[in-house]
Amino acid sequence: MIRIENLGKNFTLHNQGSAVIPVMEGANLTVSSGECVALTGVSGSGKSTLMRMIYGNYLAQTGHIWVGDTDVAKAEPREILALRRETLGYVSQFLRVVPRVPTLDVVAEPLLAIGTPVDQARDRARTLLAQLNIPERLWSLSPTTFSGGEQQRVNIARGFAHDYPALLLDEPTASLDATNREVVLSLIEAAKARGAAIVGIFHDEPARNRVADREVDVTGYTPGLAA
Amino acid sequence: MTPLLQVRDIAKFYGHRMGCTGVGFDLYPGEVMGIVGESGSGKSTLLNCLAGHLVPDQGRVMFDTRTEGPRDTVTMSEPERRMLSRTDWAFVHQHARDGLRMGVSAGGNVGERLMAVGARHYGDIREQAVDWLGRVEISEDRIDDRPSAFSGGMQQRLQIARNLVTGPRLVFMDEPTGGLDVSVQARLLDLLRGLVREMGLSAIIVTHDLAVVRLLADRLMVMKDGHVVESGLTDQVLDDPQHAYTQLLVSSVLQV
Repeated sequence: MIRIENLGKNFTLHNQGSAVIPVMEGANLTVSSGECVALTGVSGSGKSTLMRMIYGNYLAQTGHIWVGDTDVAKAEPREILALRRETLGYVSQFLRVVPRVPTLDVVAEPLLAIGTPVDQARDRARTLLAQLNIPERLWSLSPTTFSGGEQQRVNIARGFAHDYPALLLDEPTASLDATNREVVLSLIEAAKARGAAIVGIFHDEPARNRVADREVDVTGYTPGLAA
Repeated sequence: MTPLLQVRDIAKFYGHRMGCTGVGFDLYPGEVMGIVGESGSGKSTLLNCLAGHLVPDQGRVMFDTRTEGPRDTVTMSEPERRMLSRTDWAFVHQHARDGLRMGVSAGGNVGERLMAVGARHYGDIREQAVDWLGRVEISEDRIDDRPSAFSGGMQQRLQIARNLVTGPRLVFMDEPTGGLDVSVQARLLDLLRGLVREMGLSAIIVTHDLAVVRLLADRLMVMKDGHVVESGLTDQVLDDPQHAYTQLLVSSVLQV
């Protein structure tokens, strides 16, 4: 489902003496449907960078990033937008939403974007919010005022609203209590069971051991850091 | 899929001073594109060339018309272009008073666009006007008030209702949230986002506010000194800017 070949990236900081910082070189990765691969490596080794490149959020200088039939490294913006709508989900560490939009609509939005009828989309959103223990009295409020853990759970609910064939998870269990951590892990297991290809970053080692089928240490792809 | 708008090599000069040059892109149905850049970068000149308010000195603006397919709006006749701007196009001005008739009631402002495309039945027009005022969160009992009695945010919402009542396919917006309080801006952004999705609108939004484009635009074009220096997915351009000017622009935003 996801196939990365010889991926490379530099950051060029034009306003800081045009410093060129190589951050990735020769990265390769394959993730099949129903498989979860955990990215590992010390802080700064490029785990999030790799994940952002798969999502098309960071540009690649060399190589290919195949997600289904789309090469994210070469695709037009509208192809990447279609990919994100239909195929590729991303649960980031931070919730970014339009202020004043109710939580229920924030979670239902990915379904509305692919044309799911409003009632159906909201039903799915209610199910997920209840599952993740967000109290019902909060559903009509904007999540911008929620606690960190609540925002993270809203973010996860949103990421799992549509059954994406490929999912990127950046620290999905960070800042969650034991009960909610368990809910998230079972959501991940359910996504794997229905055939989603998952790339994840988990600092939570027991969580990683439970859901990940393989680990890939990205340090090997980081120029200057490789052992 | 045919692009809704195909722009090729647009240039506009004011005397020998350049407004914008070498601009080209395709906009597909349902896409929202942002254009950012500092004052004088040519973004408003470009928008006005695209919307038929200015005649570019060079280039083509092909719009996919309902009946005849792609037509060059630069070379089409003035009546044809005016018809487009009353039906398939909408233009939301930064200052609501530029886009509203200040001496006519709120309902009249919305109804006028309908009458321009042939609506004649008073009851229907009024009913649609009430419906649209509701959608932009203006209560029905204000329908007979003039826009001059409205707050800035309400005027802007009225302008949006007036523009969208005819079901346009392409909306041009020039700093739609400029000059409004941040709380009013947020409400307007939410409203615009909802309308864009429900109506499947395509839009081109000129702004200098990077937060606005991040929330509204799928794609982004960055302009400097009349040229497009960078373009791409909005989040990619903002999070991994490639051009020196874009890097400067992004790093200059104050963090709240």
